[in-house]
Amino acid sequence: MSDDKNLPVVKDDGEHHGAVEVAEPIPDPGLEPHEPRITDIDPKAADRVERQVSAMFGLATLLVLGACVAYFAIGRDSILQFGPLSGNANNMVMGLCIGLALFLIGAGAIQWAKKLMVDEEISEDRHAAHSSPEQIAEITEAFKQGTAESGFGRRKMIRNSLIGALGVLGLPAIIFLRDLGPLPGRSLYNTIWAKGIRVVNDVTDRPIKPSDLIVGQLVNAAPANLAPLQEENPTEYQNAKAKAAVIVVRIKPSEIRTKPGRENWGIDGILCYSKICTHVGCPISLYEQTTHHVLCPCHQSTFDLSDSAKVVFGPAARPLPQLPLALDSEGYLVAQSGFTEPVGPSFWERG
Amino acid sequence: MSNTQEFPPPVKWVDDRLGIAKIGKKNLRKVFPDHWSFMLGEIALYSFIILILTGTFLTFWFKPSMAEVQYNGSYSLLKGLHMSEAYASTLDITFDVRGGLLVRQIHHWAAVLFIAAMMVHLLRMFFTGAFRKPRELNWLIGFGMLFLGIIEGFIGYGLPDDLLSGTGLRITNGMIQASPIVGTYMNFFIFGGEFPGDEFVSRFFIVHVLLIPGIILGLVTAHLFLVVYHKHTQYAGPGRTQKNVVGYPLFPVYTAKAGGFFFVVFGITALMGALMQINPVWLYGPYNPAEVTAGSQPDWYMGWLEGAVRIFPGFESHFWGITLGWNLLIPALIIPPAFVTLVALYPFIEGWISGDKREHHLLDRPRDVPTRTGVGVGFITFYALLWIGGGNDLIATHFGVSLNHVTWFLRFAVILGPILAFWVARRWAISLQRADYARLTHGLETGVIVRSPEGKYTEKHQPISTYEAYSLTARDRVVPHEIGPETDDNGVRAPRRALNKARAALSRFYFADAVQKPTAQELEEAHEHAHDADEIHELTEDTETYREVTSDRS
Ligand code: HEM
Ligand code: FES
Repeated sequence: MSDDKNLPVVKDDGEHHGAVEVAEPIPDPGLEPHEPRITDIDPKAADRVERQVSAMFGLATLLVLGACVAYFAIGRDSILQFGPLSGNANNMVMGLCIGLALFLIGAGAIQWAKKLMVDEEISEDRHAAHSSPEQIAEITEAFKQGTAESGFGRRKMIRNSLIGALGVLGLPAIIFLRDLGPLPGRSLYNTIWAKGIRVVNDVTDRPIKPSDLIVGQLVNAAPANLAPLQEENPTEYQNAKAKAAVIVVRIKPSEIRTKPGRENWGIDGILCYSKICTHVGCPISLYEQTTHHVLCPCHQSTFDLSDSAKVVFGPAARPLPQLPLALDSEGYLVAQSGFTEPVGPSFWERG
Repeated sequence: MSNTQEFPPPVKWVDDRLGIAKIGKKNLRKVFPDHWSFMLGEIALYSFIILILTGTFLTFWFKPSMAEVQYNGSYSLLKGLHMSEAYASTLDITFDVRGGLLVRQIHHWAAVLFIAAMMVHLLRMFFTGAFRKPRELNWLIGFGMLFLGIIEGFIGYGLPDDLLSGTGLRITNGMIQASPIVGTYMNFFIFGGEFPGDEFVSRFFIVHVLLIPGIILGLVTAHLFLVVYHKHTQYAGPGRTQKNVVGYPLFPVYTAKAGGFFFVVFGITALMGALMQINPVWLYGPYNPAEVTAGSQPDWYMGWLEGAVRIFPGFESHFWGITLGWNLLIPALIIPPAFVTLVALYPFIEGWISGDKREHHLLDRPRDVPTRTGVGVGFITFYALLWIGGGNDLIATHFGVSLNHVTWFLRFAVILGPILAFWVARRWAISLQRADYARLTHGLETGVIVRSPEGKYTEKHQPISTYEAYSLTARDRVVPHEIGPETDDNGVRAPRRALNKARAALSRFYFADAVQKPTAQELEEAHEHAHDADEIHELTEDTETYREVTSDRS
């Protein structure tokens, strides 16, 4: 297929358009002749289709009534077991009846259209979308007249002040939304952890002693001041929990690589980290004892708890913040202080 | 006689007020061409109607509130638990309202179908070039609906306030937070403070049931109006030209078929709602910000975003007291918007490259525009690879490979895969075009081998019907946009030379390799040659890899 045959025969118009019109190699033979269907020729076949379609509609009526009966007749909590299908019987029977009924109505109508209605295709002319020159002239004239009558173009002061007034209307639309929420302030930097707050098991709410944890164990924990919030203010409770959740893990001290400055943050290999993934904030959940890795189930960021929870794999960019631990006078784990950095995902002003 | 015809009384009453005969005369017999791929838009429309119907039913019982309540409904496993009213009322819809679970499941299945249908519909528009002038605006409207539909579905997914949806919202919250400068502020405004707060369900509810459906409804109306106004496109064929539209009249055939199809779609979604479980929120439990379910997956249309975020490596910059999390900025806030903007603007991009300013009412066969087809397949591959990335953990466990390997593979594949797919699809389209060319010039291979007196073996070829031959040639001959002369008559350099050069290069890339249809002369020569050889085509020449399966051979 050499190039010369692609040469334009007639250029579309003066501009360099991509498409070129050449005399068609084969003239349009016109619509293919209509092939009669069996139902067009054989009245018996047509009658058969008629019976078929009305049977579908008739069955649909019965099914709809069946769905109504099922609504009252089948208990809300009865269970249906039918081979691999099992589920709420009320739900399934009503759904099956209605679904089949709708399907049959539709299938019947389509069958009717395909087999019995006249199936000769017809043709309709198209017209270009654009207006005719006369229409364009007419509307341009009308528009010019309107502009002239309003003086919109001439009286610049009115025009400009109107544009200004309308433009400024956008402001309240934005400003009035200000009270959608408080400003972030310092709230993302703080959690309810503070000096001396006990670390409690997040299911039992019991404080934790080092002797409760064996090497290799990981416990989901929370600050002791979280649970009382639930009664007081359920919303605050959820918000506080979303940031304060931690994991406490006990690792053989010889396997821990402590970051300088964090030498006294753990107790005999017991370390406490934020549970909130630094990627986009899912609570991490899967712990692999042998490697000391925790995995976030959302996007699989993996953190090495024996190495300051640094990221070993996945999209997270920062280690999990570590909570410095101490023991209180009764020997329970407490926080030395709050977190020393914001927990959870990054944000612009985080620094 | 006919000019004294009157409507029967009730119709007359309406006509006296609305003049329905004037409105209806053109439209009652309006022609709609028939092709299976034209049903994709219908599926989208019908699932939208189903969503409105089922959604309205749900609003009668759903309580869009995050106030804490103790669950006392009939689902014993969660009895006594504290949860939001939203979640409790979703459980009530599921277990205590008869038909509630059915309607919830229909609503969710219809949502999944709605978005899938719009997406495949968009691909149909793309591959057949239906977006070309004068339909660019309708492409944009359709794109807008797809975009809103995805947001709508995502917000709906968040309404029940179960553990899974809460986790999804928290991820969204974290992504918004990564936006430069405004991130934390946007979050605090959207969620009314810190996450989760007690505002988002009621806010999302009104967006979900009023704002977005209202906008989509407006867009649907405009979309359908434009379809009627421009008249439907059609595939080229005998008697089907740029200047007409051939098909069945709106009344009765199209009404019966399309109306019937609505019931079929509704019936199928109802059957799915009856038999296939979707989003069993009672198994996940109420939202708890300290918990997460492993292996959690969003609805399918969010999968590609999830994948982008999953496979991007953990880059982050810290300087001047600010933090830029590239691990979210790029995969969540830059690539997806860039991708969808390219999709939205594609008609204008291609229009600029081709320099084609004519109206197009005949659809392209995908093979006839190989580069566009290649680009489309490249885009699909990119999307699909990201989507697979959204399930990298499932793939790793299912196939027993390491998650790290899957992720590293995908990191490269999302870049190389689309390029490879583009190239393969483009070559494929071109060879299909060659096949068409051969079919036109040589006819069908009959499979009948003849031995000539000289002992040469050849295969007998049979010419194709005029109707088919016409269909194969009824398309544009497209040549690349040409770059104008370097300087004009007065020796002044043409403006924007570099841009023009780039445009011409793109245009060559787009159109130069496409196989043109034969000219009348070529066809004649080919047929004469066939006659000379007694319709015999030499076997040795026949090195093409394709083979036509003809009915007499099968
Ligand atoms: C336009 C497209 C729409 C999409 C894509 C969509 C999608 C969804 C989805 C995915 C859910 C979660 C369902 C679940 O599994 O629980 C949902 C819930 C809901 N939707 Fe829609 N929806 C749409 C329109 C509407 C409309 C128009 C209404 C009301 C007039 C509505 C009312 C509701 C209600 C009340 C819920 C919460 C009830 C529940 O989850 O049980 N939706 N929607
Ligand atoms: S939220 Fe943990 S990896 Fe994304």
